[in-house]
Amino acid sequence: MSNNERAGLERNQGGLDHKRTMFLKAFWGLYLRDLRVLSREVMPFLLRVGMQPLLFLFVFTFIMPRMSGGNPMAAAGGATFGAVLLPGLMAVAIMFSGIAAVALPLSTEFGITREIDDRVMCPVPVWAVAVEKISFSALQSIVAALLVIPMAIWIPATPVYPHIQNWLLLALVLVMSSLLAGALGLAIGSIVPPKNIGLIFSIIVVPITFLGCVYYPWAGLSRIPWLQIAVLFNPIVYISEGLRAAVTPGVEHMPVWAILLALTFFLVLLGRFGIRGFLKRVIS
Amino acid sequence: MIVEIKALTKVYEGKQRVVAVDGIDLEVQQGEIFGLLGPNGAGKTTTIGICTTRTLPTSGTVRIAGIDVVGHAAEARKLIGVVPQYNTLDRSLTIFENLYFHCRYFGFSHGQAKERSEGLLAQFLLTERKDATPSQLSGGLAQRVQIARAIAHRPLVLFLDEPSAGLDPQSRIAMWSAVQELRKEGITVVLTTHYMEEADELSDRVGIVDHGRMLALGSPQKLKDTFGAETMIDLKLRHVEGAETVAVEVRGLDGVKSAEPTAEGLRVFATNADGLLPAVIQASVRLGLRDIAITEPSLETVFIHLTGRDLRE
Ligand SMILES: Nc1ncnc2c1ncn2[C@@H]1O[C@H](COP(=O)(O)OP(=O)(O)OP(=O)(O)O)[C@@H](O)[C@H]1O
Ligand SMILES: [Mg+2]
Repeated sequence: MSNNERAGLERNQGGLDHKRTMFLKAFWGLYLRDLRVLSREVMPFLLRVGMQPLLFLFVFTFIMPRMSGGNPMAAAGGATFGAVLLPGLMAVAIMFSGIAAVALPLSTEFGITREIDDRVMCPVPVWAVAVEKISFSALQSIVAALLVIPMAIWIPATPVYPHIQNWLLLALVLVMSSLLAGALGLAIGSIVPPKNIGLIFSIIVVPITFLGCVYYPWAGLSRIPWLQIAVLFNPIVYISEGLRAAVTPGVEHMPVWAILLALTFFLVLLGRFGIRGFLKRVIS
Repeated sequence: MIVEIKALTKVYEGKQRVVAVDGIDLEVQQGEIFGLLGPNGAGKTTTIGICTTRTLPTSGTVRIAGIDVVGHAAEARKLIGVVPQYNTLDRSLTIFENLYFHCRYFGFSHGQAKERSEGLLAQFLLTERKDATPSQLSGGLAQRVQIARAIAHRPLVLFLDEPSAGLDPQSRIAMWSAVQELRKEGITVVLTTHYMEEADELSDRVGIVDHGRMLALGSPQKLKDTFGAETMIDLKLRHVEGAETVAVEVRGLDGVKSAEPTAEGLRVFATNADGLLPAVIQASVRLGLRDIAITEPSLETVFIHLTGRDLRE
C-alpha cells in the first residue's frame, strides 16, 4: 500500500462520522430555511389548506341537512356521510398541500430565477435536497390533515367525531400519505415546465382527487367493477382508504395490509420518479 | 494545486450534437486570479459548471484541492464558492437571511452563521440593506451579495461566471476591487469573461478559449508579447474589390507584419503604427477610405491574432 493510498484510507475512515454530521447539519439548514419562509406566510398557508375542507363541510354537512325537503346527496350517504367525508377531506388536504408546497414553488425556482441553485450547491448529495423538499412538504400535509378534524367537529349540523382505535396506524398512514403527496408534488414540479403547471392541475390533480375515493368508500364502487379496478392505479385511493381505516374504521375500507403495501409501492415509485426528474433539472 | 483540469471534454448529445468543451487542460495555483476569456459559446460556463459539480463531464477529470468533483461532489462543494452567470439569490429571504442560511447549509451553528453574515454585510458595505429582499436591489448590489454569499463558507476557490455582465461601469469597478480584496484573504479566483479589459485588469493569468479549446495560456503581458505585440490598423474602404492590390503594396512597407483584406476593407498588423500611418492611408485612399481604427496591442489583438475573429463577433 502506498503512502497516498494509506492517507486516503485514513481520511475515509475518520471521515465517515464527519460526513454524517455534515449531511445532517446541511439537511437541518435546508429545513430551517423552509420553516423561515413558511413562518412568513402562516395566514396564506392556513387559508390555502383550510378553505376547501371548510367550505365543503359547510355546504354538505351544515347547509344541506337544513334545506327544506332534505338534500338527495346527503341523504344518499345517510347519517354516515359526514364520517365518509372526514377522511376524504383529510386526503384532499394532504394531497393539495403536497402539490402547493412542492410543485408550485419548484416550478418557479427552476424557472427564470434559478433560486434553487444555492441549495443545490449545499455540501450534500443533490438527491438529499430533493428528499428535504419531500419531507418538509410532508410536515405541511400533516398539519393540513389534522386541521380537518376540529373543523369536522365544529362545522357540521351533527358533529363528526373521529374514532381512532389504532394511533400507530394513524401515524403511519398520515406520514406515508404525506410523503407520498410530497413525492407527487416533486415529480410534477420537476417534470412539468412552469407554464403548464396550471394545466396539470386541471388534467391530473383534479381528476385523481375526484376519482380518489375521497367522497365515497372504495367498496361503494362494487356495482361499477371497471371503475373499481381502474382507480386502483390512483395513489390517492390508498390515502383516503388508509385514513378511513385509521380515523373512521366503522366505514367500510380496504384491508390495512393492502393499503400499506400500496402506499409503500407508490411512495417508492413517485419518489424515484421525482428525484430522478429533480436531478435532471439541476445537473446537466 | 487548487484546481486541476485534465483532458476535459463535454459533449451535449441531442438533436444537434454540441462539443462544448474539447480537451481542456488547466492548472490554477493557490492565491491566483485566473481569467477564462472567450467569445459567446466558447464553453466557459460549461467548464465552470463542471468544476462546480453542476455539469457532468463527458470525459476527463477535475480536482479541487485533490478532490474529484464527480466522485466526491458533496465534499468538493465545501471547497468552492460559486457566483453563477445569473442572479440566483433566494427571493423568499432577505439579504441577511440569504447569507445566514447559506452558512447554515454549510454546517455553521446559529451563532457562527449570524456572526459571519454580519461580518460579510459590513465587509461588502451592505449592512444598510440587510432587510431588503433581493428584488429590491440593483444589479450591482445583488452581485455583491452573491459574491458575499459565495465566500461565506470560506471556500478555497471562488468561481465567478461573467461577474460583470449587465453591470454599469461603476459597479463593475466596485466588483473588481471586491475580487482583488479576496486575494488578501488567500482565496483563489477563477473568473470567466468576454471583456478583454476585465481579463487584462484583473487576472494574473489568462486562458483564451474558443470552440471549447484552450488556445493560449499565460499572464496578460506574456500573451501580448507572444501573440500580439502588434498594433492593428483596420481600414474601411468604399471599394473592397481592390483591397488585395493595396494589401500587396502595404506588405512592402517597413514595420508591417501582415495585411489581409477583410469584408469591409483591410486589416494591417504592424510593429509600430506611428510612422506607418501616412503611407498606409496614402495606399488605400484611392479605394475610398471611409474609416480607420487603430487598436493598441491588447488581449483583443491577441485574440484576433489567434482566431482571426473579433471577440465580440
Ligand atoms: N444544456 C445544454 N444543452 C445543449 N447545449 C448546450 C447546453 N449548455 C450549453 N450548450 C452549448 O455549449 C456551447 C458552450 O456553451 P457555454 O454556455 O459553455 O458558453 P460560454 O462560453 O459560457 O458562452 P457565453 O459567453 O454566451 O456565456 C454552446 O454552443 C451552447 O449552445
Ligand atoms: Mg457563459
